[in-house]
Amino acid sequence: MHTHILLDHGSGGLASQRLIKDIFVRHLDNPVLSLLNDAACLDISGPVAMSTDTFTVTPLFFPGGDIGSLAVHGTVNDVAMCGAVPKYLSCGFIIEEGLELKILERVVASMAQAAEGAEVQVVTGDTKVVPKGAVDQIFINTTGLGEILVHDPPQGNKARPGDLVLVSGSMGDHGLTILAHREGLAFQTPIQSDSAALHGLVHKLMQEAGAIHVLRDPTRGGLATTIKEIAEQSAVCIELDEAQIPVNPGVEEGCAFLGLDPLFLANEGKMICILPREYAPKALQIMRSHDMGHSAAIVGRVIAGHPGRVVLNTGIGGQRLVHMLEGEQLPRIC
Amino acid sequence: MSDRAKNTMQGYADPKLCRELADKIAQSLTGRLRFMEVCGTHTVSIYRFGLRTMLPLTVEHVSGPGCPVCVTHAREVAASIALAAVPKVIVGTFGDMIRVPDSTGQSLQQAKAQGADVRICYSPIDILQTARSNPGHEVVFLGVGFETTAPAVAAVVKQAKAEGLTNLSLLSCHKRIPPALQFLLQNQDVAVDAFLLPGHVCTVIGLQPFAFLRSEYTIPAAVAGFEPADILMGLFVLARMQVENRVEIVNAYPRAVKDKGNPTALAVLGEVFVPGDADWRGLGKIQDSGFFLAPEYKDFDAWERFDLEDIEDKEPPGCQCGQVLKGQLHPRQCPLFGRKCTPSRPVGPCMVSTEGSCAAVFRYGM
Repeated sequence: MHTHILLDHGSGGLASQRLIKDIFVRHLDNPVLSLLNDAACLDISGPVAMSTDTFTVTPLFFPGGDIGSLAVHGTVNDVAMCGAVPKYLSCGFIIEEGLELKILERVVASMAQAAEGAEVQVVTGDTKVVPKGAVDQIFINTTGLGEILVHDPPQGNKARPGDLVLVSGSMGDHGLTILAHREGLAFQTPIQSDSAALHGLVHKLMQEAGAIHVLRDPTRGGLATTIKEIAEQSAVCIELDEAQIPVNPGVEEGCAFLGLDPLFLANEGKMICILPREYAPKALQIMRSHDMGHSAAIVGRVIAGHPGRVVLNTGIGGQRLVHMLEGEQLPRIC
Repeated sequence: MSDRAKNTMQGYADPKLCRELADKIAQSLTGRLRFMEVCGTHTVSIYRFGLRTMLPLTVEHVSGPGCPVCVTHAREVAASIALAAVPKVIVGTFGDMIRVPDSTGQSLQQAKAQGADVRICYSPIDILQTARSNPGHEVVFLGVGFETTAPAVAAVVKQAKAEGLTNLSLLSCHKRIPPALQFLLQNQDVAVDAFLLPGHVCTVIGLQPFAFLRSEYTIPAAVAGFEPADILMGLFVLARMQVENRVEIVNAYPRAVKDKGNPTALAVLGEVFVPGDADWRGLGKIQDSGFFLAPEYKDFDAWERFDLEDIEDKEPPGCQCGQVLKGQLHPRQCPLFGRKCTPSRPVGPCMVSTEGSCAAVFRYGM
C-alpha cells in the first residue's frame, strides 16, 4: 500500500476504491455506508434540521481535538441547536496530494470515534485529491441531518424580555488553544479545545427544562457576536454580567497577555440557552449535573430596551456596549 | 461570586477598590477635569472596562495620539505597500498594520492577497529567524511603535549586525511621545487640564522627558498603569493635584515605572537610533519625533536600501483621524464613523487598530 496520498486516490478508479474501503469504510462502517450506493437512503419522517459546515483548521491536531472530531462536533452541534436529535452526517474530503496516509487515517479514526460519541452515522461521503499546494493538507465538509422532535423548537428570534441567559461552560477555550498551539505559546495554566458534541445535553434540556426560547453555540466570533446576533434577531436588549461569565484561568491569562477578549473567542463545545426566568434554575441544574455543563452559569438577562443592543456590566462595575466581532480575529480556527 | 470573579476580579481589577477610587475622584473634584491619555492601551482599557460610566461627567476623557498604528503616516503605509510589491521581498509586521489603507484604499492585507509575502510577527525577534532561513530573499521589518516597542526592534537590528545578516533591513516608522505632546501644546491644538501619561513608554524613558509639561506649560500629569484601578489611581492623583492647585509630574505606576526609566533599553535605543523629524498622521511633521537608524546602522535602513524616501501619500479623502488624534473631534462626530468607516472596512487608522479611539468607541462605546 502507498504511504502517501497520490492524485490517483481521487481519480474514482481502483486507487480511490481501495482508499474508501481501507480507510473510510473501515473506520466509519455502518449498514447504510457499507452499501456504497451513489446516495444514502434514509428513513426519516417529520420535520428535519439540516446544517453544513466546512473545516479547514490548522494545525490538524491540537490539544483537545483534531480536524476529524471537530468536523463531527461542529455540525452535530449546529443541528442540535435547532432542538433536533442529530442522526446522519455526510462528509466530503478535499485532500492535498502527498499527505501521509497515516495522517488521513488518524483523522478518519478520530471522526469515527466522535461520530460514535455523538450517536450519529456517517452515511455518505466523497473524496477529492488536489495537487500539492491547492489546499493545506485536508479540508473536510460535513452536512448533518437531525429529527426535530418538539412542536415549537428554539430559534434565534424568540428571546423575550424576562428571559435569562445561560452558558454551559467556560468561554474561549477553543479559539485560544488554536492560536497558542499555532504560535507555539505556552501559558502557565494549560489550555485545551472544548470540542465536544452537545446533543446529549440539548436533548436533556429539551425534555426536562421547559420552553427553551433560544439555543445557540457560540463558535466563531464567540459569546459576544452570538449574543449580539440574538439581540438583533429577537429585537430585544440583552444585558450580560462579565463577572459571571466562566473563563478558565489559562484562557484568562493568555487573553491578558495577548490583548484578546475571551468574549470574542470561539467555542466548539459550549452553548447559550435563553429561556423564561422561571425555568432557569432547573436548566442550570440540568447543565451542571451533565458532563458537558459542569461550570454552567447564568450570565445575563433579556430586557425591554433598545432593540439589538447588548450591554455588558463590566467586572469592576462599569458598563459598555458589546458588538459583533469585526474582521478576522484569527483565521482558520475551525 | 463566580470563580471568575474570585480569581481575576481582584487586585487591580477589584470592583470594590475601583468603586472606592471612582467615588474618591467624584468627592474630591470641584470643577472640570479634562484629561488626555496618549496610549492606545489606556484608550482600550477605559472603554473596555466602562470606566467612564463610573465617573462623574465632570471628568472628561480625550484620547490623544497614543495609538502607534493610528499615528503612522499614510506615506509610511504607502512605502510598506510598495515594498511588499518588490519581488523576493518578505515584509514582517505587527498584525494591526496589515489592514491600514493608504489614500487609494490599498493595504498590506490586499497586497498579501495578491501574492505579496507579508508575515505577521508577534515579536520583532521572529524576523531574525525569517531572515536566517530565507537567504535568497530580502526581509524587511516594518518598525512601528513608540519608545515601548522601539528598544526591542533596536535590539533586533543590533543582533542582525552582529550576525552579519545582510538580507535584513528595517523600515523605521518609530515615533517618540514627548515631542508630540510638545507639538500639540506649542500649537495650542489641545485644551486639556492634565495628561495621563503612558505607563509603558515611561517604563522605558522614565519621567524626566515629560518635565516640560510642568515647567513650560504648567500642566500636571500622572503616569498610570493599565488595569482599571491603575487608571483610576492616576485620575485620582490628577484630581487631587487640581484641587490642591499643584502642578507636578507624578509616578502613579511605581510598581513598573522607575523615575529614570530602563537603562538597558535606553542604551540600545541610543546606540541604534537617532532622533529625526517624522511625519505623524493628522499632525504633520514634528521635529525630532521619530527614531531613525544611526549612521553605524545605516546599512539596515530599508528607506535607503529600497529607495523609498521620495514616496508621498496623503490621508484618505474625508478622513478626520488627524482631528480625532488631537482630541478635537470625538469619533462619533466624524461623518464617516460607523457608516463608511468600520473596523472591517476602515478608512482611517483610528478605526483599524484595536487600540484606535474610533475602534474603541465603535466596539465598546455606550
